[in-house]
Amino acid sequence: MEQIRAIWRYGIKVGIIGGIVLILMSLIGIIEVFTKRQVIADFISMGHVLYLAAGLFVCYMAAKRTKPAKPLWVISSSFFAGLTTTFFLVLLIILGRYINLRMMFINASDLLLNNLLTFGVEGNSGMLLLLYVGMFTGLITGLFYLLPNVVRTVILWSLAGLVFAGVLQDLFRSILTNNFPDIISEWLLTSDGLTMKGAFAIFIIIALVIISWSIKGEGIKQGWQNLPKKQQLTWRTVGTIILLVIILVAPWRLGLFMSEVLTIVGLYVLLGLGLNIVVGYAGLLDLGYVAFFAIGAYVTALITSPEIMNLNWSLWAAIPFAIFFGILAGVLLGVPVLKMRGDYLAIATMGFGEIIRLLVLSDALRPFLGGSQGIGKIAKPQILGFVFKGPQEIYYLIIAGCMLVIFVSWRLKDSRIGRAWKAMREDEDVAQAMGINLVSNKLLAFGTGAGFAALSGVIFGSKIGSIYPHSFNIMVSINIVCLIIFGGIGSIPGVIVGAAALIGLPELLREFAEYRFLVYGIALVVMMLIRPEGLWPEEAHKRELHEGTAKEATG
Amino acid sequence: MPTKFQRWKESITATDIVMWSIGFVLLVLIIIGSILTLRAGRYTTVQWFDFVIYGLAQGSIYALVAMGYTLVYGVLRMINFAHSEVFMSGPFTAYYVAAYFYRSSLLESHPFICLIIVFIVSMTISTLIAFLLERIAYRPLRNAPRLIPLITAIGASFTLMYLFRGLYGTGFQAYPVWKVFTGKWALFKGLEIGKIQVFVIFAAALVMIALYLFIQRTRIGKAVRSVSEDKEAASLMGVDIDKTISITFIIGGAAAGAAGVLYALVFKQVFFMMGFIPGIKAFTAAVLGGIGNIPGAMLGGLLLGLLESIGPALFLDGYNIVAPYQLKDAIAFLVLVLVLIFRPTGLLGERLAVKKA
Repeated sequence: MEQIRAIWRYGIKVGIIGGIVLILMSLIGIIEVFTKRQVIADFISMGHVLYLAAGLFVCYMAAKRTKPAKPLWVISSSFFAGLTTTFFLVLLIILGRYINLRMMFINASDLLLNNLLTFGVEGNSGMLLLLYVGMFTGLITGLFYLLPNVVRTVILWSLAGLVFAGVLQDLFRSILTNNFPDIISEWLLTSDGLTMKGAFAIFIIIALVIISWSIKGEGIKQGWQNLPKKQQLTWRTVGTIILLVIILVAPWRLGLFMSEVLTIVGLYVLLGLGLNIVVGYAGLLDLGYVAFFAIGAYVTALITSPEIMNLNWSLWAAIPFAIFFGILAGVLLGVPVLKMRGDYLAIATMGFGEIIRLLVLSDALRPFLGGSQGIGKIAKPQILGFVFKGPQEIYYLIIAGCMLVIFVSWRLKDSRIGRAWKAMREDEDVAQAMGINLVSNKLLAFGTGAGFAALSGVIFGSKIGSIYPHSFNIMVSINIVCLIIFGGIGSIPGVIVGAAALIGLPELLREFAEYRFLVYGIALVVMMLIRPEGLWPEEAHKRELHEGTAKEATG
Repeated sequence: MPTKFQRWKESITATDIVMWSIGFVLLVLIIIGSILTLRAGRYTTVQWFDFVIYGLAQGSIYALVAMGYTLVYGVLRMINFAHSEVFMSGPFTAYYVAAYFYRSSLLESHPFICLIIVFIVSMTISTLIAFLLERIAYRPLRNAPRLIPLITAIGASFTLMYLFRGLYGTGFQAYPVWKVFTGKWALFKGLEIGKIQVFVIFAAALVMIALYLFIQRTRIGKAVRSVSEDKEAASLMGVDIDKTISITFIIGGAAAGAAGVLYALVFKQVFFMMGFIPGIKAFTAAVLGGIGNIPGAMLGGLLLGLLESIGPALFLDGYNIVAPYQLKDAIAFLVLVLVLIFRPTGLLGERLAVKKA
C-alpha cells in the first residue's frame, strides 16, 4: 500500500508533468526541426536526442524525488514515470488520428505524430514501441540512479560532452579542416553528424579526462598553490600570451562563417560589458540600453554617410563624436531617473528606449534620421590603406574595443568609484550616509555604460553598412540583460561566457533560430530559480545572494 | 527657527530644479500645441467625439489589464512583466473556438452564445496561465532579492510568448467579425457611435464592477486586501498567504482574458506578440492611477486611452508635425516616464512612496 502511494506520488505525478512537457515540446515543433540535424550520422538525430534527454530527465527526477530511496521504490517510480510520460504521447498520437490537430497547432504534422515520436515505426506497432521505450527508459534510469555517484558523474558528463560535440560539429569541422590534415576530420565527422568511431572516441576521451581529474585533480590544484608566487605569475603570463595569440589568429584559422559569428559575439560582449557597469557594478537595471547603442550608430551614420548630412568624414573622426553624444545622452536620460529604484527604474529606462526608437522611426524626423528606411553607405574604417571590410577584419576592431572595455571595467571595479557603486548597489541610503554622492556616481555609471554602448554602435554601424530603427528594438536590451545575468552579474568573464552561450550558440545552430527566445526565457527563469548568481559569478555577488537567502529564510 | 518655506528651500537640489524646468517646458509646449491646434480648427466636433469614444473603448481595455498589474503589485510588490502574455494567451487560444463557430455558421445563428463561450474559453486559459505562472515561476522566489523576481518575470514573459508562437505559429490570425457589432448608431447632430465601442465600454465596465465588488465585499477579496496591506499581519490573522496570492493571480488573469477578447474584437486580429504593447500601456495605466490601487487602475486606464487617442491630434498637430499618429505610442511612454518622475505614487495612490519602489 505504502509503495503504491509512493509510485503515485513520485512516479505517476512526475510522469504526468513530463508528459505535458513532452507534448508541448512536440507541438511547438522543436523535435521535428531538430531531426534535420544528425548528432551521430545515420544513428541518432538532434531531435531524438532532445526527445530522449527530456524523457530521461523526467525519469531521473522521479527517481531522485522518491523517498525513502529504497532500490525497488526508486526503480518502480522511475519506471512508472517513463510509462506515464509515453502514455501521454500515445494519447496525443491517437488524438491526432481522429482530429486534424494542425487546425490549431501548426506544427502537429503527420510526420511528427506518426513517425518521429515513434522512432520511425508507423502505425499501432509504433505506439507500442513508444510505450516499451518509455518503460525501458524508466528502468534504465532507475538503475542508473542507483549507481555510485562517481560512475553516474562520469557517464553523465561524457554523454553530455558527446552531445555537445555533435551539436557543435560545424565549429569542430571548421577548426579541423582548416588546421589539421583531412584524415582526422574524415575519421571523426561525416558531412552530417559524427561517425560512430568518432563518437566512441570522444566518449572515451571525455570519460578518461574526468576520471583522471577526479583522481589527480586535487593534487594538481595543491601543486599549483604550492608553486612560488613568481613562478605562478610567469605561468599566468605565458597562458595569457597563448590565449592572446589564439584570439588574434582565430578569424584566419576558422574561416568566414565562424569569423562572422565571432564578430557578433564580440559586439555583444562589448555591449554586455558596458551594461555590466550600469547593472552589475552600480545595480541600476537599465532596460533602455539599446538607445545608446542606437545613438552611437546613428551619429556614425550621419557623420560618415553621404546620405542626409553629406559630411563623408572617416569613421575614426566619428568615434569621438559618437562616444560624446552617447555619454551626453546617458547623463541626460540619467538625470530624470536618479530617484527611482529597482523595477521602476527598469520600466522608466525601457520607456526612454522605446521613445527614442519611435522618434527615429517616425515620419516627423525622417528628413533628419531617415525614418524607417534608415541610413545607408556608412564608411568602413581604414588605416594606411588597410580597409576593415569583412568580418575577419572588423573582428580586430571589435577585439580592440573589447580589450579597452575589459581594461576599463577591470580598473574601475576596485577603484574609488567602483567601490562607491558597489556601496550604492548594496544600500543607497547607507551609501549616502557614508558620504557617497549618489547623483554624481549614478550619472557616472550611466555615462560610462552609455559611452561603451555608443562605441559598439559605431562598430555595428560600420560593420553592417546601413542601419534601420528596427535593429534597435527592445529585444536587444533584453538580450544584453539576459546574457549578463546568465553569465553572472558584475563579472567580466561572466559577460563573455554569457555572450558565447546566448549569442554564439544560436548562431552556430541555425535551426535553433526559431526557438532562440523561448530558450532564453526558459534559461532566465531556470537560472533565477536554481542558480541566480549566473554561470561564472563574481565572488562577492555570489556570497551576497546566498547570504541574503539564508538570512531571510531564518529571519 | 526656520520657517516651513526655508526648510523647503534648503531641501531643493540642483536635480530638482532641472526636473521642474523640464516639466515646465513640456507643459508650455503642450499648452501651446493645443492652442495652435484648436485655433487652426482642423478637426470637427464629430471627429473629436470619435476620438473620445475610441479613447474610452481603448482605455477600458487598458483598465481591465491594469487591474492585473495592480493586484499583483499589491500582494507581491513586483511588476508582473508576464501579465501581457496572460492577456495574449486567452484570446489567441479562443480564436480557434471563434474560427470554428464561424466555419460552422453558428456565429450567424447564435452570436451571443458564441460570444459568451469565446469569453469563457479566453478567461479560462488566461486564468490557467496566470495561476501556473505564479505557481512555477514566482512562488519559489517569494523571498529573493528584488531584482530576481523581475528578471524571472521577463524570462517568463519570453517563454510564454514564444511558447504560443511555437504552438500557434507566427502569423496574424484574423478574428471573425460579429455582425451584431458592426455599424454605428446615429446620435443627435450627426454624431455617431460605433456599436463595438459601446459594447467594449459596457462589457469592460461590467467586469470591472464585478471584480471590484468581489474584492470589496467578499471574504476572499478581504483576504486579498489584507495580504496587500501587510503580509505578516494577515498570516497571523489566519489568512492563507499562498492561496490568497494564487487567487490574486486568478482574478488578474480572468480580467486579462476578458480584456483580450475585447481587444481582439476591436482590432480584429491576434498574434503572439499582441500582448506586448497593450501590456506596457496597461502597466502605464496602473502607474498613472497609482499602482496597488484598484479604482486607480480603472481611472488610469481610461485616462491613458483618452490621452492616446486625443493626444496626437491635440498636442502635436498644432506644430504641423508629419503623421502625428505614429507618435501615439511615444505619448503613452512619455506619460509613463513623466508619471514615474513627477508623481511615482500616481493620481490616487498614497501608500506607495518612492522608498518602497
